[in-house]
Amino acid sequence: MGQNTDRTEQRILMGNEAIGRGLVEAGCALAASYPGTPASEILASVINFSRETETGMHIEWSVNEKVAYEVALANSYTGKRSAVAMKQVGLNVASDPFMRSAYIGIKGGFVVIVADDPGPHSSQTEQDSRFFARFAKIPVLDPSSPKEAKEMVKKAFELSEKYELPVMLRPTTRICHARQNVPCLTPEKLERKVSFEKNPGRWVATPQFLTELHRLLNEKIDKISDEKDFSPSLIAGDGSLDKHCIISSGVAFAHTCDLLEDMGFLGKIDLFQVTMPYPLNRSFIEKISSEYEKILVIEETYPTIEMQLTNTGIYGRNSKLIPGQGELTPDIIQDVLKKFLNIPLEEGGSPEQIKGKRPTLCPGCPHRAAFYAIKKTFPKGIFPSDIGCYTLGMNLGAVDTCHCMGACISQGAGFYHAYARDGGEVPAIVVTIGDSTFFHAGIPGLINAVFQKARFILVILDNSTTAMTGNQPTPEVGIMADGTKGTPVLIHDLVKACGVRFLKECDPYNFEKFTSHLKEADGYCRGEDGGVAVIISKHPCILNRETAKEQPVYSMKITEDCTGCEYCLKNFECPAIIRDSAGKRFSIDQNICIGCGVCRHVCPVGAIVAEEGDNK
Amino acid sequence: MKQQILISGTGGQGVLFLTRILAHAAVEKNMDVLTSETHGMSMRGGTVVSHVKIGSFKSPLICMGQGDVGLFLDGSSFDVYRSFIMGEGKSFVNTDVSGEYYNIDATGMAKEMGALLITNLTLLGYSVKEGKLFCDKEVMETTIRKLSQPGHLELNLKGFEMGLNY
Repeated sequence: MGQNTDRTEQRILMGNEAIGRGLVEAGCALAASYPGTPASEILASVINFSRETETGMHIEWSVNEKVAYEVALANSYTGKRSAVAMKQVGLNVASDPFMRSAYIGIKGGFVVIVADDPGPHSSQTEQDSRFFARFAKIPVLDPSSPKEAKEMVKKAFELSEKYELPVMLRPTTRICHARQNVPCLTPEKLERKVSFEKNPGRWVATPQFLTELHRLLNEKIDKISDEKDFSPSLIAGDGSLDKHCIISSGVAFAHTCDLLEDMGFLGKIDLFQVTMPYPLNRSFIEKISSEYEKILVIEETYPTIEMQLTNTGIYGRNSKLIPGQGELTPDIIQDVLKKFLNIPLEEGGSPEQIKGKRPTLCPGCPHRAAFYAIKKTFPKGIFPSDIGCYTLGMNLGAVDTCHCMGACISQGAGFYHAYARDGGEVPAIVVTIGDSTFFHAGIPGLINAVFQKARFILVILDNSTTAMTGNQPTPEVGIMADGTKGTPVLIHDLVKACGVRFLKECDPYNFEKFTSHLKEADGYCRGEDGGVAVIISKHPCILNRETAKEQPVYSMKITEDCTGCEYCLKNFECPAIIRDSAGKRFSIDQNICIGCGVCRHVCPVGAIVAEEGDNK
Repeated sequence: MKQQILISGTGGQGVLFLTRILAHAAVEKNMDVLTSETHGMSMRGGTVVSHVKIGSFKSPLICMGQGDVGLFLDGSSFDVYRSFIMGEGKSFVNTDVSGEYYNIDATGMAKEMGALLITNLTLLGYSVKEGKLFCDKEVMETTIRKLSQPGHLELNLKGFEMGLNY
């Protein structure tokens, strides 16, 4: 056991890489995405495999998911295969074109890859995109391994073209970030020539056409729910557990299989794998209804399959046998299976929550410098922030809210109007947003705030990259996904064009200058003709090796004046400032300190100093 | 042959690289492999964990108490994830504090070499030396050669050897 026979072109691929490989193999002509964990590596993999196999295609990091969706959609109108990849909350942003694309349909196969994050490990919700697919009336496939995810890409294209309908592929974090040996094939050469056939009744589809388009959509969904290739598969039991069955999908199916095998129940109880949770196969629904009495449904994250079954008394998320929230880890499923199969639970109860060290900004991160200056200048300020590495400014007390991409700017305006309406002094409102997030969804909020006469300070944390998700380039950098030059779009110009009249640019490593800009900005906000003041905090991400080479390096040390007061620990939280061996005072961990020198400004008694001669 | 290996450390310590080496070593031996990794925010200095399952598994995750071998890049990760290693399982911990595990001060050794980056490979070398992993040192060396960036190869092999000779 454990030996695999098919060694031809076996590669170890991460789920996201397998999906990217699948897109290239299926002759996809355009792939667009906006980075977001757990989906970020899909597009990077398309770039690599497209280059390796010399398949010419357009690949882009779009400004946001809605834009990515629309670019890919029109490409599909011309008969070419297209794909868009995003994390689950990205679909919220792309929901407008997504919903309508079900009615209008497509021409060339169109695969919508939406990576869910049960848990969530790295997201603001753990919403189930299969629910979203059902809401839109778009079929969705749910892979249980990287290998299967790759196979499903091809099937999704074929299904999409057969019915001229977008098809969703919904992997979860555990599939996206699992690695497995996966067979790789030669890419298909489709040789499709671009061809857009005008058809206003469809591509324009004013309301008078939509009832008919909706009827057609319903027909398609009915037919798809009868597709044999997409009906659930059965690992049959030996009849010893009559009228019992377990239904599962995605990685939860993989966990369930392994657990049943360990428990000696694989091959004893009927076990179904649902590969297409919506539309659930109609004869399957009937079969479950007529042949089974005790049914367990194990799926992530919402009860999508469970709610399409017609039996009463199903065990699952709704019946509370399975917790209504959270990732279904093997440990949780093990307890569920034991309860369902009437096996006594072991002593010790449910698995504990694992809590390790919390994440923190990197040593030398320019965001830390900006946050420290903001908090120091406005100790009583209100700090709306946003999604990215800089959400970790929470650890420094410099982030009070975080909602969804771009929300911080509109929330800054909301806070201002709330305080201004009551009269009295409005606290300093300092909004922080990353450069990539600003491009993604910050701009309309800024236009609105300026127009509605809100007054607050907006600090754009411009580190010239999308750092959290693996340093994808932003429009300002001007490098496209394939590494060639694009036309740069400058944040400075955008801010000006939004009507902002106070704009400064400053390196946050320069504590004095940055602080004086903050004070000046506060004065502007409170002045007679004040409004939104913008400071672009500009210093490249230190994960970019070139940056580290270019900036001066200070040799930092903590002198014997250190009183162990912990001010630096609580307000600066640099991982390179550590307790010394006696545990009373602090010292610099020279192994990880990059010598940015910003901590010179932090110590209340001046014990953190740069050694003479400066250069390390 | 089935083996379940858990690797944990702090973001940036090289947990992902060790995961890749073990996975490729399995393919080198013509065995099926599944791994699971931590990505996203935890990589910024938080505790990260990888699961490596070799043999005919479907699930990429290890259940509590089912791990055969644990590779821990610091003592605090061992405290967090020790419950995943079975009673008869073997844990290798990079620490100068001894306990109910195989300990090695890989950081100290790597520091002496002036190359902290090889800490993870020294720990790996030690676990291979003790014969607790599914593959021997030849397979592991071949894999390290394949996966190392050209500039890092010599150093990586040295780090691995230090563990082997510990």
